Amino acid sequence: MSELEQLRQEAEQLRNQIRDARKACNDSSLSQITAGLDSVGRIQMRTRRTLRGHLAKIYAMQWATDSRLLVSASQDGKLIIWDSYSTNKIHAIPLRSSWVMTCAYAPSGSYAACGGLDNICSIYSLKTREGNVRVTRELSGHTGYLSCCRFLDDSQIVTSSGDTTCALWDIETGQQTTTFTGHTGDVMSLSLSPDSRTFVSGACDASSKLWDIRDGMCRQSFTGHVSDINAVIFFPNGNAFTTGSDDATCRLFDLRADQELMMYSHDNINCGITSVAFSKSGRLLLAGYDDFNCNVWDTLKGERAGVLAGHDNRVSCLGISSDGMALATGSWDSFLRIWN
Amino acid sequence: MVSKMSSKMVGSNNLAHARRMVQQLRVEASIERIKVSKASADLMRYCGEHAKYDPLLMGIPASENPFKDKKPCIIL
Repeated sequence: MSELEQLRQEAEQLRNQIRDARKACNDSSLSQITAGLDSVGRIQMRTRRTLRGHLAKIYAMQWATDSRLLVSASQDGKLIIWDSYSTNKIHAIPLRSSWVMTCAYAPSGSYAACGGLDNICSIYSLKTREGNVRVTRELSGHTGYLSCCRFLDDSQIVTSSGDTTCALWDIETGQQTTTFTGHTGDVMSLSLSPDSRTFVSGACDASSKLWDIRDGMCRQSFTGHVSDINAVIFFPNGNAFTTGSDDATCRLFDLRADQELMMYSHDNINCGITSVAFSKSGRLLLAGYDDFNCNVWDTLKGERAGVLAGHDNRVSCLGISSDGMALATGSWDSFLRIWN
Repeated sequence: MVSKMSSKMVGSNNLAHARRMVQQLRVEASIERIKVSKASADLMRYCGEHAKYDPLLMGIPASENPFKDKKPCIIL
């Protein structure tokens, strides 16, 4: 037997081993364990603020850690920093490339980042001595579009790309410290763990992966979705995460059980999910859809608890503030809405 | 969304790739797993313990809502 053939056989054996180990742990289901739990009841939220100002589709947003400011990116070629309480625009930053697909706010509030079809992650300093906003770094190296970026801190950022890789960058030097390879399709989204030691990625190969930020290794891979994964978010305690996909389902995966625990779907829902977020306790799962709505799911029972209608086009992004007080949604209709 | 330009399949039939694949599968096969019943119970407990700190779940009284409806201003 050739070495190639031996390796193929060993790979097959290992896949079976993983499948059997997961099965052996599959002694119950999240639905069964929560069967006696009270439902969350009907969750209704109202639009409290509408943020108007973008002139084209909004593709991404992220709250600042102060739960008041947020950044949004639109293919009108602007990054806008908003004060969500007053709806005032703090900064309107013209981008070198208007084909933006993602944006991020540094935890310190001092930087924002964005990128897209230019394959570059641009870092903007929001607190320059002169009082203006300017590009301080352009992180280039990806050979495909930038789909998502998230700051670890003021000097490190993690990116995901259409080139199938993710990367950890040293912003000061502009170099990739670590490259995360393994996906076989465009990586669309990433989420940092609460302890910042790992992150999960979701890709067009329908799989999601857990990565160790320090050593670059993929620790776990999860399958189940039958189409592109567009969004991924960690559960608040870091032991689970949820994905949203073009297959019209969201799925909850547990890291320690190493398998899918719940699927969030409905016969009436036939369109893709673009974005996902958890409420502060994790009990509510918010998901943005191509059909212009946002659905609120009971994470533990798998039931739909509410619908947020209001946008006139696809909900492309959403996020919950760190104090848990508000949900922000961004849409192709060019508006952001703040709900609670 | 702008069309996702799919990249070429990375997999190929060469030896180096097969070795990497087996190495990766060994890593993933070797992890310790817990039962679904325990994982589920832990998630349920976490949600229960943190429910009272979850404004979107509990509802927010108007007096505490930083986003409560802005009252219209009247010019006197």
